[in-house]
Amino acid sequence: MPELLQIEHIRKTFPGVIALDDVSFTVATGEIHTILGENGAGKSTLMNVLTGLYHPDSGKMCLDGTEVHFTSPRDSLACGIGMVHQHFMLVPAHSVFENILLALDKVPLLYNRKQYQQKIQKIIDTFELDLDLDTEVWKLSIGAQQWIELIKLLLRDCRLLILDEPTAVLTPQETDRLFRVLRLLQEQGKSIIFISHKMREVVEISDRVTVLKKGRSISTLDRGSFDREILAGLMIGQDKIPEWQKNLQMSENIVLDIRNLSVRNDRGLADLDQVSLQLKEGEILGIAGIAGNGQKALAEALTGLKPVTRGKIFAGEVDITHSTARSSYISGIAHIPEDRKSIGIAPDLDVADNLIMKSYKNPLFRRGFFQNRGAIRRNAEDKVSRFAIKTGPDGSPVRYLSGGNIQKVIIARELSENPRVLVALYPTRGLDIGSAEYIHKVIVEGAGRGMSTILIAEDLDELLKLSDRIAVMFRGRIIGYADPRRTTREEIGLMMSGERQDQAS
Amino acid sequence: MVEILLDATVRAGTPILFATLGAILNERAGIINLGIEGLMLIGALAGFAGTFYSGSLLIGVLCAFIAAFVAGSIHALITVPLRGNQIVSGLALTMFGIGVTALFGRGMVGETIVGLERIALPGLSQLPIVGRALFQQDLLIYISFILVFLIWFFLYRTRIGLGLRTVGENPAAADTCGISVSLYRFLAVTTGAGLVGIGGAYLSLAMTPMWIENMSAGRGWIAVALVIFSGWSSHRAMLGAYLFGGITAMQLRFQAIGTDISTHILQMLPYIFTILVLVVSTIRLQKGSSQQPQGLGQPYDREDRK
Repeated sequence: MPELLQIEHIRKTFPGVIALDDVSFTVATGEIHTILGENGAGKSTLMNVLTGLYHPDSGKMCLDGTEVHFTSPRDSLACGIGMVHQHFMLVPAHSVFENILLALDKVPLLYNRKQYQQKIQKIIDTFELDLDLDTEVWKLSIGAQQWIELIKLLLRDCRLLILDEPTAVLTPQETDRLFRVLRLLQEQGKSIIFISHKMREVVEISDRVTVLKKGRSISTLDRGSFDREILAGLMIGQDKIPEWQKNLQMSENIVLDIRNLSVRNDRGLADLDQVSLQLKEGEILGIAGIAGNGQKALAEALTGLKPVTRGKIFAGEVDITHSTARSSYISGIAHIPEDRKSIGIAPDLDVADNLIMKSYKNPLFRRGFFQNRGAIRRNAEDKVSRFAIKTGPDGSPVRYLSGGNIQKVIIARELSENPRVLVALYPTRGLDIGSAEYIHKVIVEGAGRGMSTILIAEDLDELLKLSDRIAVMFRGRIIGYADPRRTTREEIGLMMSGERQDQAS
Repeated sequence: MVEILLDATVRAGTPILFATLGAILNERAGIINLGIEGLMLIGALAGFAGTFYSGSLLIGVLCAFIAAFVAGSIHALITVPLRGNQIVSGLALTMFGIGVTALFGRGMVGETIVGLERIALPGLSQLPIVGRALFQQDLLIYISFILVFLIWFFLYRTRIGLGLRTVGENPAAADTCGISVSLYRFLAVTTGAGLVGIGGAYLSLAMTPMWIENMSAGRGWIAVALVIFSGWSSHRAMLGAYLFGGITAMQLRFQAIGTDISTHILQMLPYIFTILVLVVSTIRLQKGSSQQPQGLGQPYDREDRK
């Protein structure tokens, strides 16, 4: 196959972080080439270099054999390289039509609305997509929004499409559909760079796979010479998957007793509807459910972030129904929030400050009225090594860390005072295998010490692996319980859609 | 009576309308501009001085546009390429405008010019009630009518307008489409500032054809409030500007006929109304139906990793 794109020895650094160290690979015409790597390996940075959003510090990029220098996305688009970003580059307030029009080349100042609408509609029909041009984008599902991004690139006759974790937000059915479209594009001679860390998908769709590790491309494999195990091994490398043993004995002590809990949302509707739950000491209670069925409200009510409308929460003997976030932390409830970047951390503060955010009043970190900087720094050093957090230089903002390392900072902070209950909301969402396994290990080890966990997750495999019991939520209620040792994914799936009422609890 | 009141309404609303339209252009590109008050003063003085020295009102209006355009480019320079704080820069621009016009306007105090004259549109100006208010006005007012439509057309029916709105909503998205965020923002700020300058010139060329220190008297701030009231749309800006024009016209009328209400209270009315409008608009904004550009106030740095 003729090579369309050649990347040689690309290097890119940010203040205090080497994002890309030495990356080389090639993409052939009509090839689906996967870039695989853990979070923080530099995948997104690499793609931003390819599209001209970032300038590499050194290295060479050749397209059709000639060297190219992109100074902005405009240049890369002109050369036929287009990208669907992980965070979509759409304007929610604008209509589908306006979003697509914006991406087109050479639109005259006064354009013919109808003519362009027909042109776009033709592409929509070719791929049998379901999109209404006049709808505002914020009203559409994530899957539909991704089609818009794809259409934008197709209308610009891109030869090389870059898709940054396109399946992270899709249902399995939507993913299958995307793959059908990608194969169709491949037949038309388009090249595709596919970024993912879902092994099943990578093995299914890729012609070649290049593995990135710590900013370096460590190997490229052809179809047939890779499978899940080989890829996982390469990706994680020497960092062995931590081993852990599940705790089987559980005490009968009830640490958290929730009685008829109801929470109304901002619009006055019930997010939680008469939920009762009992959590035993050392238990990991999994909560399954399609997002938006009350899981978040449950977590927020337990951690004191949302006021309870009706019902009671007891932690042991203490009534904590109306406690605030701070007092629930003191009474032993720790929280791993859903949106780690916006409410989990203070992005511009450094690791040391983020680590004491909940215990800054502790006399350990104070010297009278003042902070005890020495103790704060020693605390950070201790946590960084204990939780294997990869940080930049001292004092650099925590937002420069990768998702997995930010999550480790949050976990280190939340678990530092040995909480009795951990409420974890999608703790491994968007994390690579290594970091996810690490978090699983922390939760299971915690259970061994008697910490109880409410684990809210969307990945059923994760729930089945970790939980002692799985509660399924539907429309703000707990619709039933499942025993992870006996149930199947299908059974839980049915309960999530509200179909089955119960299995023995 | 009604005719006269309507006429006064339009005339009092016009400077605010120009200023609001200019500010909408700024904010649609994502740049907050609290320098409107200062820009109006600069426009008022430049317009007056230009007319005084050249004898031509047209040159005066042009001077107002250019002076405010240049002053606006200070704000653009600080907020766009240098990514400075937009609030601070805007406030500084207002203070700069007040100071610089007081200094250079001293020679102009007491001078007079012939102000803008009314041009009656044949036929239409004879319409009952609205004839005088809408069709027997000066050129700048006719221009403001057209401008309201032009800005809508520009924003919603042209490619560059779509680009401008995108820059204000999601600069990163605009950037990936190959739109130069800096260029769009810079030009939106300076052109908007130019329009604000014309609003100021209307004060010194038409309403009271003379230069008075600090003659904008808070109208720039009213325009800032009206941007929110208007939901960043030009025709709602027109409605808002005439609402204020109406209140101003009414209180002047009350003062003229003489009532028991203290003139101080009457003069306060437009400002009290501003506060009310802000409260109501802000409540509406929080209720979700927000038309506020999502990128408003945020400097754009391509390599910033959020």
